[in-house]
Amino acid sequence: MKKNWPLWEVFVRSKNGLEHRHFGSLHAADAEMALENARDVYTRRNEGVSIWVVESKNIAASNPLNNGELFEPAQDKVYRHPTFYDLPDDIKHM
Amino acid sequence: MSEEQIKNLEVQFNARIERDEKIEPKDWMPEKYRKTHIRQMSQHAHSEIVGMLPEGNWISRAPSLRRKVALLAKVQDEAGHGLYLYSATETLGISREEMYEQLHTGKAKYSSIFNYPTLTWADMGAIGWLVDGAAIINQVPLCNTSYGPYARAMIRVCKEESFHQRQGFEIMMKLAKGTSEQKDLAQDALNRWWWPSLMMLGPKDEESVHTEQSMKWKLKRKSNDDLRQQFIDQTVPQADLIGLTIPDPELKWNKERGSYDFGPINWDEFWQVVKGHGPCNKERMKARVGAWKEGEWVRDAAMAYAEKQATKNLNKAV
Amino acid sequence: MKNNLYSYILGIADNSLILGQRLGQLCGHGPSLETDIACTNISLDLFGQVRSYFQYAAKIAGDQRTEDDIAMLRMERDYKNVLLVEQPNTNFAFTIGRQFLFDVYHQAFLTELQNSNDFTLSTIAKKCVKEVSYHLRFSSDWVKRLGNGTSVSNKKMQEAIDDLWTYTDELFYQTKADKEMVFEGVGVDVTNLKSNYYSRINDILLEATLEIPESQWFQTGGKEGIHSEHLGYLLSDLQYMQRTYPNMEW
Repeated sequence: MKKNWPLWEVFVRSKNGLEHRHFGSLHAADAEMALENARDVYTRRNEGVSIWVVESKNIAASNPLNNGELFEPAQDKVYRHPTFYDLPDDIKHM
Repeated sequence: MSEEQIKNLEVQFNARIERDEKIEPKDWMPEKYRKTHIRQMSQHAHSEIVGMLPEGNWISRAPSLRRKVALLAKVQDEAGHGLYLYSATETLGISREEMYEQLHTGKAKYSSIFNYPTLTWADMGAIGWLVDGAAIINQVPLCNTSYGPYARAMIRVCKEESFHQRQGFEIMMKLAKGTSEQKDLAQDALNRWWWPSLMMLGPKDEESVHTEQSMKWKLKRKSNDDLRQQFIDQTVPQADLIGLTIPDPELKWNKERGSYDFGPINWDEFWQVVKGHGPCNKERMKARVGAWKEGEWVRDAAMAYAEKQATKNLNKAV
Repeated sequence: MKNNLYSYILGIADNSLILGQRLGQLCGHGPSLETDIACTNISLDLFGQVRSYFQYAAKIAGDQRTEDDIAMLRMERDYKNVLLVEQPNTNFAFTIGRQFLFDVYHQAFLTELQNSNDFTLSTIAKKCVKEVSYHLRFSSDWVKRLGNGTSVSNKKMQEAIDDLWTYTDELFYQTKADKEMVFEGVGVDVTNLKSNYYSRINDILLEATLEIPESQWFQTGGKEGIHSEHLGYLLSDLQYMQRTYPNMEW
C-alpha cells in the first residue's frame, strides 16, 4: 500500500509579530519533520520566532456565510485548507 | 440542485469576483472554475520544479563561490515556489500525488521553456534575465487573481522572484562587459534563449483558447500577444544597455505604435516542444519520475517510522 | 605560524567545501520537494562557512589570492578534506549517513573552536555552531527514520553506515599543522573528541535499530591530500570554469 505523507498547515510568528499567521502547507511524515520542513521552506528569509504545525485534518474551520451553506453541514472538518492569512500592507509586487 | 439554482449561484459568484472579492476554498464555485484553476495552478507548480533542473545543472560548475551560493538559493526558491503552488492547488480537492501522477504521465504540462538545454554558464544569466523576466510579467497580475490561495501564493512568489531576475541580468552584464570570450558566451546564450522566451508568453491570441473566461476570473489580465509585446519592449533596452544584440533582424522601433516591431516566431517549434519533442523533454521527465520513484522507499520509511512513534506514544500514555 | 594557520584553516574549510559540493549535486533530485529544500539549505550553510574561512585565509596569505582561487585553483593533492565528505551520493541513505557521521563531529568540533585564541576563527565558530546543530538534528532524525522505518530502509541505512564507517576515524587524525595550531591555542585537539563522538553515534544508531559496525580498519589520507578516486571528478566540475576561462571575473 502506498503511504503518502499527510498535509500539515504551517503558522509562523515572526520577530515583530504578535500572533501566528498561516503561511501555507507542506507534506511531512510526522510533526518533527513538519517543523523542520516549515523552518526550511517558510523561514528562509526572515527570522521566524515560533512555528506551529498542525495536521490539516485536525483543523475545524467555520463555513463562509453565503450560499455555500446549502451544501455543507454546519460542523465540517476541513478537507481543504483553512485560510486565515491576511495580506500585509507593505507588500510590493515587484 | 436545479439548473436554475446553479445559474443563480454562478451569477452571484461572478458578481463577487467583479467586486474584487476573493474566492476561498470552502466557497461554492462552478466546476469549471475549479477545474481550470487546478489545471493552471498545478501546471504552474510543475513548471517551478521542472525549472529547477536546467539551472541545477550548473550548480556544481558555477565559476565563483558567490555565484554558486546565489544559484543554489535561486533553485531552492523555485522548489519553494513549487511547494506554495502545490499547497494552494491542494485546497481545490486534488492531492499532491495525483498532481505528480499527471505530470509524470504527461497529462499535465509545464512551461515548455524548460525543455531547452543549459549549455554554458551564460545560460544561467539568460534564464534569470529572460525566462524569469517573462515569468514575472505573467505573475504580477496573478497577485490580484480571484482565487485567494493562488493570489496569496503569487504574492509570496513575486516577492522572491525579483532577486532572480536581477541575479540573471547581473550575470549577463558582467559577461557582456568582460573579456571577448565572456562577451561571446553572453551573446550566444541570448541567441539561444530569446525566441523560446517569447514563446513562453503563450501561443498567438487567435490560437489561444480560454482567454475570455480567464480574464473574467482574473486569471489573465492581458492577452498573450500583449504580454509578449510588453516583454519585448522592456527587454530590448536592457540588451542595448549591456551591448548585446537581440537575434532578430526584423526588430525595429515603431514610433507610431510606440513599440518594437519584431520578426516571425517559429510556432512549429513551439507546438513540437509542447507535444514532447523538444531537446530535453525526455530527460526532464526521466529526472522527475526517477527522483519520485527512487524516493518511494524513503517516503515509506518516514511514514512507517511516524506510525511506530505514534503507537509508542499511545502506549506510553496508557 | 602563518603557513600552519593557513593550512589549518583550509583543513577545516575543505570539509565544508566538498560536502557542500556533494549536496549541491542533489538539487532537484531528492525524494521529496521538502527534503530537496532542506539539503540545499545545508549546502548553502556550508558554502557560507567556506567563504568565511577562505576569505580569512586569503587575508593571511597576504597576496592577491581570492576565496575563489583557494576554492577552485588548487591541485588535487592540496585539498585537505577528510575522505568521508567526498564519498558519492549513492542513494539517500548514503547521503544521510555521510551527513550524520560528519555532523556529530562537526558540531563537537565547532563547539570547541569557539574557544580558539584566534578571534576570527572563534567568531566563525560561534556563528556556525548554530547552523551545524540544525544539520545534526536533521541528519540524526533521518537516520532514525530510515533505520527504524521499513525493513527495506533499515537494510539500506545499515549498508550505508557499514560502508562509511571506515572513514570515521580520520576525523580525529592530526596533521603537523593541526598539532602546531593546538599548541598555539588556536586549534582544536580533535583526539579529545573521539570517544564522545563514537558514544553519541552508538546511542543514535541503537535508537535507530541499526547495528554498530565491528570493523576496526579505518581509511585515512584525505587530510594529507591523498584522496579517493571520487575527488578528481568532483574537482573537474568545481574547477571547470576557472580553469577553462582563466583570470576572468564573474
